[in-house]
Amino acid sequence: MPVFNQSRQTVIRLIILATFVILIVRLFILQILSPQYQIQAIDNAVDRKIIYPDRGIIFDRNGKAILENTLTHDLMILPTQLKGIDTIGLCGIMGIDTAEFKQRLVAAIIKNGRYRPSVFEASLSMDKFVKLQENIYRFEPGFYLQDRPIRSYPYKAAAHLLGYIGEVDSSILKRTNYFYQIGDYMGLSGIERFYEPVLMGTRGVRYQIKDNKNRIVGSFENGLYDTTAQAGRNLRTYIDMDIQVMAEKFMQNKLGAVVAIEPKTGGIIAMASGPTYDPNLLTGSQRRRNFSWLLTDTARPLFNRAIKGQYPPGSTIKPTQALIALDEGVITPRYGIGCNGAYYGCRRPIKCTEKWSGHAANLRLAIAHSCNSFFSNVYRLAVDNPAYKNVDEGYAHWKNYMNSFGFGVRLGVDLPSEDDGLIVDTSFYNKLYNNSWNSCTNVFLGIGQGEMQATPLQMANMMCIIANKGYYYTPHFVDSIDGKGAGDSILNPFHVRHEVTHIPDSIYEIVQLGMQDVIENGTGRVARIPGISIAGKTGTAENYGIINGKREKLEDHSWFVCFAPRENPKIAIAVIVENAGFGATWAGPIAALMMEKYLNDTLRTERLAEVERIAEKEIILPVVKQKRMRLDSIRRVRLALEMGDSSALHNAIPAAPDKPEIDPNIRKDKTIPVIKNSTLPLRDTPKPADKKNDSIKAVAILRKDEGTES
Amino acid sequence: MREQNPEISKGVDWILVWLYFILVAIGIMSIFAATYRNESIIQGFISMKTDYGKQSLFFVISIVLGIFILLTDSKFFTATANLFYFFGLLLLLLVFPFHTEVKGTKSIIRFASFQLQPAELCKIFVNLALAKYLSRIDTDFSKLKSQLIAASIVLVPSVITIMQSETGLALVYFSFFLVMYREGLPSSVLIIGFSLAVLVIATLLLEPNTLAIILTVIAALAIYFMRRTIKRDREVLFFIVAIWFVCVGIQRFAVPFFFNNVLKPYQVQRIYATVGRDFPIDPATMTPEDIKKVEDKKKASSYNVKQSKIAIGSGGFLGKGLLKGTQTRYDFVPEQRTDFIFCTVGEGFGFVGSTILLLLYLFMIFRIIFIAERQRSTFSRCYAYGVASVLFFHILINIGMTVGLVPVIGIPLPFMSYGGTALITFTVLLFILIRLDADRQMVLR
Repeated sequence: MPVFNQSRQTVIRLIILATFVILIVRLFILQILSPQYQIQAIDNAVDRKIIYPDRGIIFDRNGKAILENTLTHDLMILPTQLKGIDTIGLCGIMGIDTAEFKQRLVAAIIKNGRYRPSVFEASLSMDKFVKLQENIYRFEPGFYLQDRPIRSYPYKAAAHLLGYIGEVDSSILKRTNYFYQIGDYMGLSGIERFYEPVLMGTRGVRYQIKDNKNRIVGSFENGLYDTTAQAGRNLRTYIDMDIQVMAEKFMQNKLGAVVAIEPKTGGIIAMASGPTYDPNLLTGSQRRRNFSWLLTDTARPLFNRAIKGQYPPGSTIKPTQALIALDEGVITPRYGIGCNGAYYGCRRPIKCTEKWSGHAANLRLAIAHSCNSFFSNVYRLAVDNPAYKNVDEGYAHWKNYMNSFGFGVRLGVDLPSEDDGLIVDTSFYNKLYNNSWNSCTNVFLGIGQGEMQATPLQMANMMCIIANKGYYYTPHFVDSIDGKGAGDSILNPFHVRHEVTHIPDSIYEIVQLGMQDVIENGTGRVARIPGISIAGKTGTAENYGIINGKREKLEDHSWFVCFAPRENPKIAIAVIVENAGFGATWAGPIAALMMEKYLNDTLRTERLAEVERIAEKEIILPVVKQKRMRLDSIRRVRLALEMGDSSALHNAIPAAPDKPEIDPNIRKDKTIPVIKNSTLPLRDTPKPADKKNDSIKAVAILRKDEGTES
Repeated sequence: MREQNPEISKGVDWILVWLYFILVAIGIMSIFAATYRNESIIQGFISMKTDYGKQSLFFVISIVLGIFILLTDSKFFTATANLFYFFGLLLLLLVFPFHTEVKGTKSIIRFASFQLQPAELCKIFVNLALAKYLSRIDTDFSKLKSQLIAASIVLVPSVITIMQSETGLALVYFSFFLVMYREGLPSSVLIIGFSLAVLVIATLLLEPNTLAIILTVIAALAIYFMRRTIKRDREVLFFIVAIWFVCVGIQRFAVPFFFNNVLKPYQVQRIYATVGRDFPIDPATMTPEDIKKVEDKKKASSYNVKQSKIAIGSGGFLGKGLLKGTQTRYDFVPEQRTDFIFCTVGEGFGFVGSTILLLLYLFMIFRIIFIAERQRSTFSRCYAYGVASVLFFHILINIGMTVGLVPVIGIPLPFMSYGGTALITFTVLLFILIRLDADRQMVLR
């Protein structure tokens, strides 16, 4: 036995000990000093699933649901479970070939992997769903049906006010500090957007453990960290769906807008913008395609003209001008002028529709006969008020009045992206006229032309002020929110009473009576309703557009504003129909029918034919139709080139792929693609970036050769 | 029992037996933790359909075998050592015509539902044969010839095992050099072997030219510091230059040749992965199939190690508790009941549990060395050192692999990994030692 090797056992022991020390140090590094492994382990194995609550429902003033949550059915595919499934049979039911089937399968695998289910076909048609429901047992477990809640709109109406929901995009993700996640849906416009925090409810989170193939195997820590979802709160609105549907029916073949407000509360009864669209287009599987179709439509059906359309108000502004002058104390109700058919106070005469003397002998008469001379003069009196040292200051005060009435500022309606109209600053004139101007320079403001634009909502709100004799509540849709919660403060701004004038009720009475005369024996006779006293004002606004690069005067916009009953106002309405001529021709009857329906709950039978006549009437400029035809033929040529089939060229029907895929019947009697900007309807290439500049320039051009006004 | 049958228990080292029981129990518990799927536990054990049930059965078989071994006369092992060795070699060779390919290995013979891996079993026979050779009266281990014979006893089965694509098991045989070192193999052999390993690793880590410069600088420094010795004895200079030549030769030619022509691409890839570098894919010398294989393996082995590190790392200080480990319970760690069984302990019982397990192993190895040193016969001592070396090597490679210190080499963790052959092999290995130790006063030849 070689004794000299005894010492080597120590060496061997040391080697082994050293190795174990290394291993333990390594474990110490991994387990104690590397917290990232714990995070990675949770990423690996814990699935954080958000439970989406039902969105709140929106009801009209009579408790009818304007929109609902309904279920659509998706056909889901689980690629790992496809073995032995009769895919040919499935293709037969779905009406696809095997190539298409393979394509969808591959897409599903790429999107979610083999072990997680993907959508094979979203929002199945009723026909396919019924067939699949009967046969689904044949295709399980590789395929199954899944319910998915979406919005549906039983009235097919109110698209502009309700807005739509859609997937959040990256900018929203960033803006909300990642409160939303990729794939979430949120309100993107309209009431859905404005009341998003209330409607969405509270999301719940469920933590589940998944295995290495992403299959859920159980709850994490027995649901210790889970939170439950709380359904969104319902909204009660002022909207009257009967009136709303009627208003949209009137606007179906026209460009323009209708706004009806309850003066006492500021609650909006109806708001329609023509052309409109079926809100059901923007739900379900075809949403993306329909959306791009609506977006590229030259008529801009997505554009809510009621809050974004900016029009010269024309004669409808005259009662407002009277109020300013009365409040400033420069006129009294007995003030009158002798007018012989034109106003000669400034360099060029301003024509007046009435020629007989005495039609502007006092305020009531002047309003009733819409005397241009009278209101040009009244405007000048207000601006040249001796209380102010010069026209600059006078105009600034006048502008303040207009702003307090809601013109040139955003009213703050509960819809996103409201526009403010246009009331220019003194600096605008100083710059344009090199500091040398007077009340004659912009005298047209007194008759609602020139550097002045108003939205239909602002006009309706103005009617509320006159109806209320001097105050208004910010127009809004939502009366109350069901239940109590943190979001309630969202309604606070709508409970503030805005006092805007200091004119005694007796003088308001005179303005109102002047407007009542308009209906009883003035330009608004067409709006008379037996048994109801109506105060109103017609307007016929001149406007210009650029057609094929040439600036042309277009057919006048038809305005009508009113409220009723005069003694105890329940509804105030503003109607504009673009390029429809005299205010009394189209806008007046529309307002009258809506008032009758709202106040009497029903229409006289002889008026039903009138409803149909107005609804059928198509008011579109010839040039607009040319433009639309050109677009259609471009589409047809493109389609023919794509298909390599010249027969598409001769096909009278517009190219099929560009039509939204919903009930074709709706599409047919619906909107007609027209032009983009309603202020300057026929510009070829709208540049949204400097829209404001454009409109100021355009107005400046407009005022150079201002003509007459009714 | 001791009273009735004093023959068995006499001289048995109960500490080792208890350690054995504890480790196997921890093993079955870990397999249970990794594979339990909410079935009835009792039924799971009885039905033998679950992995922990099967492992319990192997445990019972092992104990029976252990009792048989304790009943055997110690002289039986010395007498039959050579016979068993040739029987082992025969089994290894039989694999070639009769193997069944399972998961890429060609080392398994299957009869009916029973699988046998001779490469695993052969460790016992090699250990016995080596002990037998070293303890022969006419073996003078200081002679080169004896050293070469001892080395070939170890290396022949190793080479056969490599041919069966079981690199891990083949490497285990190198652990027997520790036994030879104890018995008088010059330490220069171990030092040279260690230096070679360092050189190879440096070759992998460093650019060829950088390494060549470093080697040259070392040689120059050696010449500078030994200039006086060199003046007296010119041979030293030649010796240093020769070493330098060999080193550069290995670095420049031998390693690339070995990697390109001897090892499989995936093996090379694993070695590269361990030192933290990507395998240099050379489209000129590799077929597209090989490239694909390398990439697959690269993905698989880096995935294994990553998941294993996550599992162990997420255990923290005290661990998540039995059956609470999300990574091991839900199959994130591949092979977690066999080669990666340590992850279950690491995740479930944290740093404390893992360290206790390592200390148990360390205690067992030290106990075996202690036992080895108290033997009167060389045979028993050599055998004991063999057991210690094999255990040590397995633990080092297996746990080193799960914590990302060693390439992914598929060898089991002794007494714990799922698998009948492995458990029985280690049991037999250990119980022969206990039997020999019981007769430590005898001189066995």
